[in-house]
Amino acid sequence: MTEYVGKAMPRYDGIGQVKGQTKFVDDFVLPGMLYAKALRSPVHRGLIRGIDFTAAKNTPGVVGVVTADDIPGAKRFGACGDQPVLADEFTAYLGEEIALVVAVDEDTCMEGIEKIKLDIEEQQPVFDMFEAMKPDAPLVRPDLKSNLWDYGSGMTTRVMYIGDVEQGFAEADLIVEGRYQTGEQDHSAMEPMVSVAYFDEAERLVIHTHSQCLYFQLGQLAAIFNLPMSRIRYVGGVVGGGFGGKNHIHADHLAGLAAIKFKRPVKYRYSRREDLLYSTKRGVFILEYKTGIKKDGRLTANHIKLWHDSGAYGGFSPYGVEKCSMFASGPYHIPNTRIDGQCVLTNKAGSSSMRGFTIMNGQFPMEMQMSKIADTIGMDPWELRFINAWRDGDIGASRYVVRGAGALEAMRGAAEVHGIELPEHLLAMSSRGR
Amino acid sequence: MKKKGVGMACVLHPTGNKGAGDPSNAAIQLKPDGTLVLLVGAVDLGQGSTTILRQFAADLMEVPIEHVFASNFADDFAPLSLGSFASRVTLIDPHAVENAAEDLKKKIREYASDLLEAHPDDLEYKEGKVFVKGAPDRSMTLAEVGGASMFGGGADPALLVGTGAWQPARFHPHDPETGAMPAVGAISFGACVAEVEVDTETGMVDVTKLTQVWEVGKAVNPLLVRQQINGGLHPGLGTTLTENSYPYYPNPDWAPENFSDYALPTFLDYPEETLWGIEEVPHPAGVKGAKGFSEGSTNGPPPAIMAAIHDAIGIWIDEYPATPEVILRALEAKEASG
Repeated sequence: MTEYVGKAMPRYDGIGQVKGQTKFVDDFVLPGMLYAKALRSPVHRGLIRGIDFTAAKNTPGVVGVVTADDIPGAKRFGACGDQPVLADEFTAYLGEEIALVVAVDEDTCMEGIEKIKLDIEEQQPVFDMFEAMKPDAPLVRPDLKSNLWDYGSGMTTRVMYIGDVEQGFAEADLIVEGRYQTGEQDHSAMEPMVSVAYFDEAERLVIHTHSQCLYFQLGQLAAIFNLPMSRIRYVGGVVGGGFGGKNHIHADHLAGLAAIKFKRPVKYRYSRREDLLYSTKRGVFILEYKTGIKKDGRLTANHIKLWHDSGAYGGFSPYGVEKCSMFASGPYHIPNTRIDGQCVLTNKAGSSSMRGFTIMNGQFPMEMQMSKIADTIGMDPWELRFINAWRDGDIGASRYVVRGAGALEAMRGAAEVHGIELPEHLLAMSSRGR
Repeated sequence: MKKKGVGMACVLHPTGNKGAGDPSNAAIQLKPDGTLVLLVGAVDLGQGSTTILRQFAADLMEVPIEHVFASNFADDFAPLSLGSFASRVTLIDPHAVENAAEDLKKKIREYASDLLEAHPDDLEYKEGKVFVKGAPDRSMTLAEVGGASMFGGGADPALLVGTGAWQPARFHPHDPETGAMPAVGAISFGACVAEVEVDTETGMVDVTKLTQVWEVGKAVNPLLVRQQINGGLHPGLGTTLTENSYPYYPNPDWAPENFSDYALPTFLDYPEETLWGIEEVPHPAGVKGAKGFSEGSTNGPPPAIMAAIHDAIGIWIDEYPATPEVILRALEAKEASG
């Protein structure tokens, strides 16, 4: 019997990576390959009146342009299918892609882009979630009825609950409230967004991708290109860092469209600047907590209201609200819990998944509450958490049953490694039961 | 003046899509020389999915790990996988590999039954060999089985590729009536202790000592677990103290467009004492109790560091990042309010 599972072993592909032998997407350079760069929206919110590409097309080295008119299939994509592949009527965030200029190199692409005459009517953008929710707020996009995400049948609040929070607050000796905001970050992967697309000898469209989830994206690409999935050879598996940023399509759809139009290999890549400014990011959450506690430290109720800034399109954000809600009470047994979550559209680049996706946005405020509660009732912060931590069989906010609970083990381990002595009665507690 | 403080946090991280319906496939092919190729759809972003799935495959096929080659080059022949996100791979993909290994062993027994002149049920697979139960000298190695399959040694040809699939649960969407969304693959737990020094003149926060311990079910590869714990601290530190794509949120203007303005931590920002630890509570849903946890190592540092800042200066900072500007403004406000 071999026993490799459980053994510290070097990375299978590690040596090749540190020796520079790994072939990342940007390492693919093909004979006759063209480059594409995007004309991006110069305004946060605008109506496109017209675009004159004449001078751009006449630039030496420019092969042509790609616009929404060149899309053979679906004009919209993304996890919610609401984002234009290329904007043609409106733009909803600064830097939104309107058209591609395709040329022999990227400098020539940029020269062409500078010569495009874009007639765009700038409109009043809306950035603040609470402004965006007001009935008279400007709409982030003309195709919306409201800036508040509709989960279906006009339902704009995702509710999860167990027990009865009002009852729980009535049982509490003390209530601690707080309002929290989690910031916006970029994934900052070493490999910025990039894609290479070309037709192979059998007229199949080959795309070299850094996708984190090829089968998640293949269907969207097939719809945009109006090709059967089997005519797309989607080659990936090697990624220069993702951190959730490459769950959304950033480059494959546009490299593919340019390859389809010009029947030549095309590389489309973001500069670091474009990546920081215009790729998807971790969206902001604003969360209000109201937590009820007994004097002995037992949590009786937790009512959370949360709002997630989705940016201009849905992406994974409506799901992110659900995911955050499920775990925003942390690893604690609270018999009465309610979460009201809303997803709000604003005129910013789209939010997307990022390491700890929407979970860390709920763990931070809950742990701030726990620290404040310990401070308020004068209890040791470890003890407060030990008393309330999940045991097997406890029920979470979305009614899942906890199995394999390990919060006590993690805390005991951390105390030991850090050199903190915990009292005997905490060490005697078990995750297997209360 | 430099003020010291200590804080802690206890956090979780769930594994897999929360509504479940989150399948992965795997395939193991026997080559004519007896070596194996493992095909998985999980994308290796540097997190090491290929490394750990190869460990599982070698154990399940009971062969030296050097005989297992792994490919995650998602292409025409890549098995289906929803992808590498939501810390899902360590919980889900090993089941697919396990099922693929069982399938391959069954096909090997079936193919070898003619060559060993025994019913497949009377054959056993162990340590890279197939043999007649009770008569271990009547056996074939993987190389002999693979070679025979290539050159038609058996009565019928055989495709010696084992395939397997697994998902934690059927997809369960949010129920608007009850709020239920009960399908959760597994949950991992982490605890973090942070010690800080806050410079009340500059507003700078220096994290001097930080411990993270994660309960991971089963540490499939403790080296990679350690790298994930200490690697997740990187965005953990940046998120808490420096990184901000929209410094004037909700206004997105003046967004940083280079790494001078978008301040990622460097190794110099890492705590002088960066400590870590692994705990294991085998999870009932995981192969050998394994579950994913990696993303979670970003979840603990923000609240632990904020609690330490409160311990140092007596102020709760309720939003991150706690940049020097935020700290100084909070100190000023505290002074103004007496």
